[in-house]
Amino acid sequence: MLEWLKIDIWSPYVVGVGIGVLSWFSFLLSDSPLSCSTGISQTSGMVEKVLRGKEAVSQKEYYKKFPAVVDWKWMLLLGVCIGAAISSYLSGSFNLRWVSPLWASAFGSAPLPRLITALIGGILMGFGSRWANGCTSGHGISGTMQLSVASWLSVVFFFVGGITCAMFIYHVVA
Amino acid sequence: MLTKLHGKRGLQNILGLGFGIVFGFLLQKGGVTDYDVIVKQLLLVDFTVVKIMLTAVATGMIGVHALKSMGKVRLQPKAGSVGMNVIGGLVFGVAFATLGYCPGTAFGAVGQGYLDALLGGVVGMLLGSGLFAAVYPGMNKTILNKGFFGDVTFPDLLKMNCWVVVGIFVVVLSGILVLLEVSGL
Repeated sequence: MLEWLKIDIWSPYVVGVGIGVLSWFSFLLSDSPLSCSTGISQTSGMVEKVLRGKEAVSQKEYYKKFPAVVDWKWMLLLGVCIGAAISSYLSGSFNLRWVSPLWASAFGSAPLPRLITALIGGILMGFGSRWANGCTSGHGISGTMQLSVASWLSVVFFFVGGITCAMFIYHVVA
Repeated sequence: MLTKLHGKRGLQNILGLGFGIVFGFLLQKGGVTDYDVIVKQLLLVDFTVVKIMLTAVATGMIGVHALKSMGKVRLQPKAGSVGMNVIGGLVFGVAFATLGYCPGTAFGAVGQGYLDALLGGVVGMLLGSGLFAAVYPGMNKTILNKGFFGDVTFPDLLKMNCWVVVGIFVVVLSGILVLLEVSGL
């Protein structure tokens, strides 16, 4: 068992079945689908509360609808970070890294260009995941398994936008 | 439904943390907390992301509909619109390729030590979410409700029994996975 937990990469089918079964239990025990982008929005609201005061944030229409509080969804996101840390620690793949091999092969190994690109991508991701009202987890896995039309439509356009942009970055810019 | 359990907030927070730990563990073991695996999927040279997603969706679909038929869970499909899911989805897609992570996998990447995910991804996502909250009232009056169609599901839309639709989806999704394996992707 422990040896298995130390393996670097599992079969995508084992991981997929694992996530599928995990979502049965999240509906059953917590009445909640697995989703990640709500937790980011909550964190953003909490940071803004520190900077601008509680009232200014709680008054905003968006946070009235999606309160910036610590709840199940926020704890889930924290857990994702911890779970990945445990997994990478067990397999020995934890490492402090700025640039991946693919990025380095096209744009070099200097941290700054990657940091700036990731920051722009991150801003778009924070904005886009709230615009689409969900992310690869909330729409892509949890919404699609509920046969939601909104979620299937979203995930198709996540990939249409993603494939087009990735092809542009690696085949035109690089 | 386990309504009593659902109402215990402290316990639910602990459960949320537990679900997150297992989710993050699985994402990392699947390799999708890595920029290269995600971007190679978008470049259509590595299909790990699609394999994990389709397997999770097919597995999850059978279970949650079975639990729903037994009265143990309530489904909560989101309401949608063309402005939200198509336009917002495209913005998300551009972000997906530029950042090289999605929200969940970015947090997983932070857990395994990737600094671009932390100082670029997480910082950027916090800024982007905050920005969206600031412009939300205006967008809610305009683009977010363009082509609104509500929280419909495919069984509603096709006026079919949900198990027939689940059956069709599971067969199609499994078929795609078999095709990917057969073609060596």
